Amino acid sequence: MSALISPPVSGGAGPLVGRLLRSRLAAALTTPHGVDRYLERLNPMWAAHEVRARVVSVHRETSGTDSAPVATLTLQPTSTWRGHRAGQHVLVGVELPGSAKRHTRAFSISSAASAPGERFTLTIRAHVEGQVSSYLVREAQPGTLLHLSQAQGEFTLVESPATPTISRLLFITGGSGITPAMSMVRTLLRDGYDGHAGRKVTFLHFARSPEDQIFADELAAIAAADNGVDVHLRYGDQLFSEFELRRLVPDFRDTDTWLCGPAGLVELVKNAYADPASRELSPRLRMEFFKPAVARAAAPGEEVAGEVSFTRSGATAAATGASLLEQAEELGLKPEFGCRMGICFSCTRTKTAGTVRNVLTGEESSLPDEEIRICVTAAAGDCHIDL
Amino acid sequence: MSTETLSTPLADEKYHGLTAEQIEQLGTELDALRQRVLADLGEADAAYLRKVVTTQRKMEIAGRALFYLPVVGWLPAVACLSVSKILDNMEIGHNVMHGQYDFLGDPAFNSRMFDWDTVCPGEQWKYSHNYIHHTFTNIVGKDRDVGYGILRMDPDQKWHPYYLGNPLYAFLLMTFFEWGVALHDLEVENIVSGKRKLSDNKPLYPGLIRKIRRQAVKDYVLFPALTGPLFPLTFAGNAVANLVRNVWAFNIIFCGHFPAGVASFSEEETANETRGHWYLRQMLGSANIKGGKLMHLMSGNLSHQIEHHLFPDLPARRYPELAVEVQEICERYGLPYNTGRLHQQLWSVFKKICRYSLPGGDAKVAPVRGPGTVTEDSLAA
Ligand SMILES: Cc1cc2nc3c(=O)[nH]c(=O)nc-3n(C[C@H](O)[C@H](O)[C@H](O)COP(=O)(O)OP(=O)(O)OC[C@H]3O[C@@H](n4cnc5c(N)ncnc54)[C@H](O)[C@@H]3O)c2cc1C
Ligand code: FES
Repeated sequence: MSALISPPVSGGAGPLVGRLLRSRLAAALTTPHGVDRYLERLNPMWAAHEVRARVVSVHRETSGTDSAPVATLTLQPTSTWRGHRAGQHVLVGVELPGSAKRHTRAFSISSAASAPGERFTLTIRAHVEGQVSSYLVREAQPGTLLHLSQAQGEFTLVESPATPTISRLLFITGGSGITPAMSMVRTLLRDGYDGHAGRKVTFLHFARSPEDQIFADELAAIAAADNGVDVHLRYGDQLFSEFELRRLVPDFRDTDTWLCGPAGLVELVKNAYADPASRELSPRLRMEFFKPAVARAAAPGEEVAGEVSFTRSGATAAATGASLLEQAEELGLKPEFGCRMGICFSCTRTKTAGTVRNVLTGEESSLPDEEIRICVTAAAGDCHIDL
Repeated sequence: MSTETLSTPLADEKYHGLTAEQIEQLGTELDALRQRVLADLGEADAAYLRKVVTTQRKMEIAGRALFYLPVVGWLPAVACLSVSKILDNMEIGHNVMHGQYDFLGDPAFNSRMFDWDTVCPGEQWKYSHNYIHHTFTNIVGKDRDVGYGILRMDPDQKWHPYYLGNPLYAFLLMTFFEWGVALHDLEVENIVSGKRKLSDNKPLYPGLIRKIRRQAVKDYVLFPALTGPLFPLTFAGNAVANLVRNVWAFNIIFCGHFPAGVASFSEEETANETRGHWYLRQMLGSANIKGGKLMHLMSGNLSHQIEHHLFPDLPARRYPELAVEVQEICERYGLPYNTGRLHQQLWSVFKKICRYSLPGGDAKVAPVRGPGTVTEDSLAA
């Protein structure tokens, strides 16, 4: 695991150059395009503001016979990387060969908390039809360039490793949901955490099969070591049960808990954390979802059915097949528009989830966080529009 | 197919005798063309754009650097910087801000984030150009690009002694074109005529001032200052480069919209327009410039103004290939396809600027250059 804890690398350019590139002078000289628009032409790993990364190595995590292989990518970010707290994720932009389109997806960071400019890892499962995850797992090579955001998200470890303030930590994860929890446990152990003052860590993970279990060796080593971390791995039809959880962590509802996994697991755990009387969810439970509620699209030729949600205003309506602009206006919203025929881009909005159909081309799309022109786009099922 | 023509005789004449059905069919054909290119967009378009951007950046850096060579460096410096500014404005800025490369998902080439190297804020230009000009192309009274609110370019614009200065205004607009474009949105002529209130412009000032300040500081303070004792030379060189870009951009744009044979429209004629009519108006209201690859690159492919107006959001590098088919469609429908070499189009524009400085002028219908009448056979061809 030492590769995960690499010393901070000094970016290609020294700190003085970095300060110069980020200066107001540099901005004024490169206006209106900005410094990065020039640097990227010279070397994609030079950046003053943006973050990019090169893949340093690709490590296959599972045996490889399964249909959804998992790989860990070690990334060397540009010196602009500000580091991350355990549990955070990063938006990764990938230009897929053949289309030149950049697709952006979120991935949790699996390595321990990183310092500015420091290497970190992503652990990714290749979904059967997943465009980005398949590419990253199957085709990414050392040297592949990725576009990144800074680390983001509040699903983080609040505990200061040196002075733990809370009695116990509990992680409940399923499938690829293990990654943020792994980052937290790795951070704790790297920074010398031990549970001998009664501050135990319980790690409960659900995987489809032992062959499907990622980080198996490391988890076994953690379980065997004398460090106060209990590891419980469950496979196949060993579903989550409240009864079992109570046996492992009797006061689980009052224990700081991080939950990340598929929808089924999340539902079961949420039920367990709801107060039996008031049905209120324990505030100690923190959750992260990897998958937004995916909407069902109408099959071609089928009647459009679904709900359009304008998430900013909270307005919703049944999908009628009319353009989203018209639907929004019917609800009394006043989105910006110009030509109303798809040429001026005034009405561009982000569709955060769901399926839409371009009324000019008939093309359907279910990509998350996609920019659409709402004057020539209609809902083709449930969809969420940032409006 | 019915031979019934459009209800208004004027419109019928202007639309070259096409029936409503024929116009719809025209729209369908153009939609199909558009769809074919859309489906084919990909790596080649991205690679082309990146190559142009790299060339532009190199030209800019070379230009800025050559100013350090006194005497011998000055002229090449101005040349490099002029080319850089032209590429930045035409093949990159204009086209990226049309959303032509939004499909790449690259924030560097996203129409909502891009801004160009002129004093006109991209945000403001996208409204007046992408929306107003491209939606209401050549509708007198709605498209403020007809004469830019300064010139009389169409017989339908009422004459006034002010227009005696037409040639002079055109010359000034050419010289200060980027400023003209920046101030375009303030609609000064509408304020003078009382159609717009001065206070309506208030929201535009902060963006405008910010952009002007940044552009001026860069070209007229910082880069000259960085060349030390050569300050005056660098200052002058930057001014000349901006001037060259202005003159070039003005000429390309005027050739695309104002040569003889370009039709204009009234609000009544276009009141109940269909998609087919919109296409037809774009075709009749634009003109191309013939030329080689360099001409197309330096004009941002606005040498294919007709194709640009039909398909403003398709990457401009596709216009030459689209032109072949658009021209063929025009022939089949008996529609004019207005094109000529740069000097021909310029001369034609020049004559128009002079002619309309004086009262009158015939409301001329664009000459028919294809077959005189459209028959079922010619459409089926
Ligand atoms: C905060 C956050 C953190 C994440 N961290 C990780 C991580 O550490 N490791 C990781 O592998 N993934 C992670 N994801 C999921 C990741 O962002 C992608 O959704 C996933 O990799 C699939 O993307 P794709 O482009 O390959 O699939 P797409 O091309 O977007 O989708 C193809 C098909 O797969 C289905 N699909 C999409 N996402 C999922 C999913 N998560 N589960 C099941 N089916 C899906 C879609 O419904 C669709 O049918 C995270 C997501 C979020 C929001
Ligand atoms: S309003 Fe012009 S593209 Fe939608």
